Amino acid sequence: MKTTRIGILAGLAVGVSLLLTGCERPPVEVDQIGYRGVGMEQVKNPAREAKLALLNQAPEALPPADPNGPKARNIYKNVKVLGDLSEAQFNNIMAAMTLWVAPEQGCAYCHNLQNFADDSLYTKVTARKMTEMTLAINSQWTNHVGNTGVTCYTCHRGNNVPEKRWFSAPDVKVAGRLLGNDSGQNRAGVEANGNTSLPYDAFTPYLLNDQEIRMAGTTALPTGNRQSIKQTEWTYSLMIHMSEGLGVNCTHCHNTRAMAEWEQSTPARLTAWHGIRMVRELNNTWVVPLTDIQPKDQLGPTGDISKINCATCHNGVNKPLYGTSMLTSFPELAGKKDLVAKQ
Amino acid sequence: MPQYQNLFTQIQVEGPADLGIPLDREIDQRERGTTTWHVHLLGRIGNAQIGPFYLGFLGVASIFFFVIGFTAIGWNYLVQVNYSPIEFVKQLFWLSVDPPPPAYGLSIPPMNQGGWWLFSGFFITISILLWWARTYRLAVQLKMGTHVAWAFAAAIWLYLVLGFFRPVLMGSWGEAVPFGIFSHLDWTTAFSLRYGNLFYNPFHMLSIAFLYGSVLLFAMHGATILAVGRYGGEREIEQIVDRGTASERAALFWRWTMGFNATMESIHRWAWWFAVLTCITGGIGILLTGTVVDNWYLWAVKHGVAPSYPAIWDPVVSPYTDAVTAAPTAAPAAPAAAAQ
Repeated sequence: MKTTRIGILAGLAVGVSLLLTGCERPPVEVDQIGYRGVGMEQVKNPAREAKLALLNQAPEALPPADPNGPKARNIYKNVKVLGDLSEAQFNNIMAAMTLWVAPEQGCAYCHNLQNFADDSLYTKVTARKMTEMTLAINSQWTNHVGNTGVTCYTCHRGNNVPEKRWFSAPDVKVAGRLLGNDSGQNRAGVEANGNTSLPYDAFTPYLLNDQEIRMAGTTALPTGNRQSIKQTEWTYSLMIHMSEGLGVNCTHCHNTRAMAEWEQSTPARLTAWHGIRMVRELNNTWVVPLTDIQPKDQLGPTGDISKINCATCHNGVNKPLYGTSMLTSFPELAGKKDLVAKQ
Repeated sequence: MPQYQNLFTQIQVEGPADLGIPLDREIDQRERGTTTWHVHLLGRIGNAQIGPFYLGFLGVASIFFFVIGFTAIGWNYLVQVNYSPIEFVKQLFWLSVDPPPPAYGLSIPPMNQGGWWLFSGFFITISILLWWARTYRLAVQLKMGTHVAWAFAAAIWLYLVLGFFRPVLMGSWGEAVPFGIFSHLDWTTAFSLRYGNLFYNPFHMLSIAFLYGSVLLFAMHGATILAVGRYGGEREIEQIVDRGTASERAALFWRWTMGFNATMESIHRWAWWFAVLTCITGGIGILLTGTVVDNWYLWAVKHGVAPSYPAIWDPVVSPYTDAVTAAPTAAPAAPAAAAQ
């Protein structure tokens, strides 16, 4: 009798612990961010936050460079961006980029050491485009990045290629197969959608292509909104990515009593809305055109280049590097604000 | 000395099994089972006697169709994990057989594009309906009321609304619930997101009230009968006509507590109706969603149900304001994203 009881208890203990494996370790902290009674709260786990804090520190700034003196374009050959900088500033940025992107390989990661002006390495051409992109973000996308701006480090964090990036998923093969269509979803262990069973590539439709993200009706009664529940699941997957990528709850942007209502949303939703447009444009204008010069092993299953999503910069925190502006130390990357009008 | 315990029954009586009343029709008499045995552990939480089973023609047919539908789903799962048993176990909660893309409307899609969903749904529905007929017939054969069958019918109503009536009214199988553990939960959330928050649907409110009410009634009734068990309170049926002290005390307890008590009979009607209305009202709420109401939050605002709250932040203006609140009207039925 006694052994049966112990057996039952042990079984219960194992069962309960299995059920709990998907849970975060308590305690969690809850901040009220909205009017009382509407559940506008942010749930934070201090243990997780502590880990994130260690991973999201801005690196030490290099000593500021003298902006005076002859321009880089007149001193070095083949300088196509950043040519307006002084020689000191230019070298400063080159040194910083080495630390941010290729700390192990050094200058040789992008440059032919015999001839620094040579464009034969694909990494150099890529780096040039990415520098242009950084300037474009800082000058044209202030409605998302504000005056904080971004630098190479925001995404690269000492890696040749940013850790958080995405490839398009191959089309689901249905032709010639009688069963097993996963509908582009229902897969365990996908980090991008927070390990849900939602679509595993919600990026291609929204962060590369321009599919409709909104699905809720704008009138109480039906007036022709044809968005389906299935489409909603794709939007839902993108939103889960944003939540996971930024380490925030839905309530960071939405008042969940009326997800679609802008009037009840937090200002962060507008920032995020511009962010989606920004990422879409960055992928199309700057990243995808570099596909052809990448070596094959850098490409994804459909032969596509790895692309940007929210997590690429945010890395799990609401504001990348907790809102530390690296532009104050590296004003060289601020770009030309007068380009804003171009938008 | 045996002691009366009403959490776990400690007294177990074993004797020759009573197989019950003879049935009217010869064929029923032949179909009914006669095998019984006893399981002590089950006797602790219920009746120790297992059997006799009586599947009959309807039961066998129901199981047959269920196995077809269940196997079709399981086989699709297996192919999704390339027949790997380890992946099958690891991914079981994620795997799913989804209804066809909305582009197929109510037509019959290719097998691997939702056809399997239609196939398994069809056979499982047949199986459920046969099982319903069985609960009805078993009750009739025992000359009982058919209350169990009608309660089951309420659940079937909700099931059919989700998987059949509403998709038909919406003109697309794609609106229906997928067959998967997580996927059907995702569907539920997506449903609420798409239709502007189901919590503002009054029939959803009613359904929740009846659901929680059922739980409350269940706890109140269970607790009451256990509490008067020492006076023979579990002999409820006798006490309907001959109250006895257990019934009197239980009734007085509730009158003391809240001035009113259900009777030994009516408490079961309360429970039955609460349970049944959970499904009936829930089904109505689902059926109205998308067909009659497109955004429950806006509906609730229109009818003064949803309050407004003081603004906390600077007002956020929709970035679409210039585009005349560009409602996604007449969007193509299935953009590539959902055409999988």
